[in-house]
Amino acid sequence: MEKDNILLDVQDLSVHFNTDSGTVYAVNNLNLTLERGKAIGFVGETGAGKTTTALAILQLIQSPPGEITSGKILFNGQDIIKMTEAEKRRVRGGQIAMIFQDPMSSLNPTMTVEDQIMEMVLLHSDVSKKEARERAWEMLSLVGIRSERGKEYPHQFSGGMKQRVCIAIALACSPSLLIADEPTTALDVTIQAQVIELIKDLQQKVNTSLLLITHDLGIVAEVCDTVAIMYAGKLVEYAPIELLYSNPMHPYTQGLFKAVPDLDSPIGEKLMVIPGLPPELTELSSGCSFAPRCEQARDICHERACGMEEKARGHFVDCYLFAQNPEPAEV
Amino acid sequence: MFSLNKHSALRYTLIRLRRNYMAVAGLFILFLLIVVAIFAEQIAPHGYADQDYMMILKGSSAQHWLGTDQFGRDVLSRIIYGSRVSLQVGLVAVAISLVIGGAIGAIAGYFGGRLGNVLMRLMDIQLAIPTILLAIVISSVLGPGLTNLMIAVGLTSVPRFARLMRASVISIKDMEFIEAARAMGASHTRIINLYILPNCAAPFIVQSTLTVANSILFAATLSFLGLGIQPPFPEWGGMLSDARAYMRTAPYLSIYPGIAIMVTIIALNCIGDGLRDALDPKQKR
Repeated sequence: MEKDNILLDVQDLSVHFNTDSGTVYAVNNLNLTLERGKAIGFVGETGAGKTTTALAILQLIQSPPGEITSGKILFNGQDIIKMTEAEKRRVRGGQIAMIFQDPMSSLNPTMTVEDQIMEMVLLHSDVSKKEARERAWEMLSLVGIRSERGKEYPHQFSGGMKQRVCIAIALACSPSLLIADEPTTALDVTIQAQVIELIKDLQQKVNTSLLLITHDLGIVAEVCDTVAIMYAGKLVEYAPIELLYSNPMHPYTQGLFKAVPDLDSPIGEKLMVIPGLPPELTELSSGCSFAPRCEQARDICHERACGMEEKARGHFVDCYLFAQNPEPAEV
Repeated sequence: MFSLNKHSALRYTLIRLRRNYMAVAGLFILFLLIVVAIFAEQIAPHGYADQDYMMILKGSSAQHWLGTDQFGRDVLSRIIYGSRVSLQVGLVAVAISLVIGGAIGAIAGYFGGRLGNVLMRLMDIQLAIPTILLAIVISSVLGPGLTNLMIAVGLTSVPRFARLMRASVISIKDMEFIEAARAMGASHTRIINLYILPNCAAPFIVQSTLTVANSILFAATLSFLGLGIQPPFPEWGGMLSDARAYMRTAPYLSIYPGIAIMVTIIALNCIGDGLRDALDPKQKR
């Protein structure tokens, strides 16, 4: 990996929330790198810290109760955490844009759609209102909405159309990083495919990097170059897409793959589930946080986590299983 | 340009408002009142201070439709001129409380924390003081007069607006589009002005129309107590106050200004109710 090709370099990031019921360790010592123009998928259960990581990158963690307790977020070599508020605002939207999970509620109901796209353009580039409006129309047609519809309000659009508008807003200033936080969760399956196709297409056209947060391993396979599996605020596996799909190593990743329903499996066969629940993030043990649910856990797993180790080229896993046993487990 | 905006929220509201006959009637009366206030000189048959010593405390006649008061002044003309004061007080006082209360509520709601707490506790303290007492204190400190009357009436309803604003802002500020706006790099001021305020407008507009009615009543009360407009300029509450002494001999002196106040208040309340229904997005057309 060449040094200046790295767009985003998250080092040792920890985010904690101080709540009445104790400190919630939402993200713990997370490391992540993303190259220009590449796409990374963030996969994990609800509450694994995916969205928190994304919000930390944008410096949008509400404080209090949230707090970034350690780490650096180097974006183009500059630490976002150390920036002034004005600099952060310039990065948000202009260089790092975000698409939210629920398109129904992420548009302002009192502004026309084109005004909302214009807003983004006017915030980040020095153009006249007329130019901004033209840019808004251009973005609308780029996401497949007739530009005349820009005069309409969000409630006149369907869910899929609203998500397209959100994508248009996010990409209006050609950001170098696009964070998509479960962009298809609130949409139905046929629209999901369209939206993912659109994101993938535009990502290549605008040449932005993509950080895609999702539960859906299928979407990751379609769009991403690398995958990061997150569990209880930590990365447990991080690998290029081909390696991870052909050879998932961490027991949690293997569990995730087994839990994906398969059209070819006989009717009536029960889905595999990972027994147990994710741990409470208020009381993390010093051991591997997956150990209580892991069938292959040993004594050492409960005492001390293994830490990320490179098991194959570019394939990092946080698990003892592969330290002694180089044979990949059965999928 | 306007035809393109045919789906705007404002247009829907107007369409819904038009279906409400009470609100339309209220708007019509308000419109008439404004016309009367503006063209008082042209409409009034006599000057507000013109005295006719031959006609003291006389009932309705062809010359003085609503009779004359104890100084022989034409009651109708005084009511017509009095509408100026009432409308001005109503609108300006509400504007004062809207701006001050709205700003306090928006800051307290958006930033919250200690600042918000301090601001809201100050509002609570003001709420604990009876409004009439507070208004009397303010206007006796500032002295009588139209401007001071408006300030006194306006300041008393600040906490109501502040609380309403804070509640709406709190409910709006955790919505996803606010976070989306922050992710776009919008500043706090911009978020408040473009994203939060337009979305809390509905309860505010309603509260304002209802408070206009309240303020007119309040101004009348203060004038009745002698703290408002100074004679000889007529004001409805002041006229009522003067008429007290003649309640038995010339009851129309209190009845006509009373009707003027009542009609105005009812009109404004109808508009307020109509707007509340029209602006409620949960209500289907």
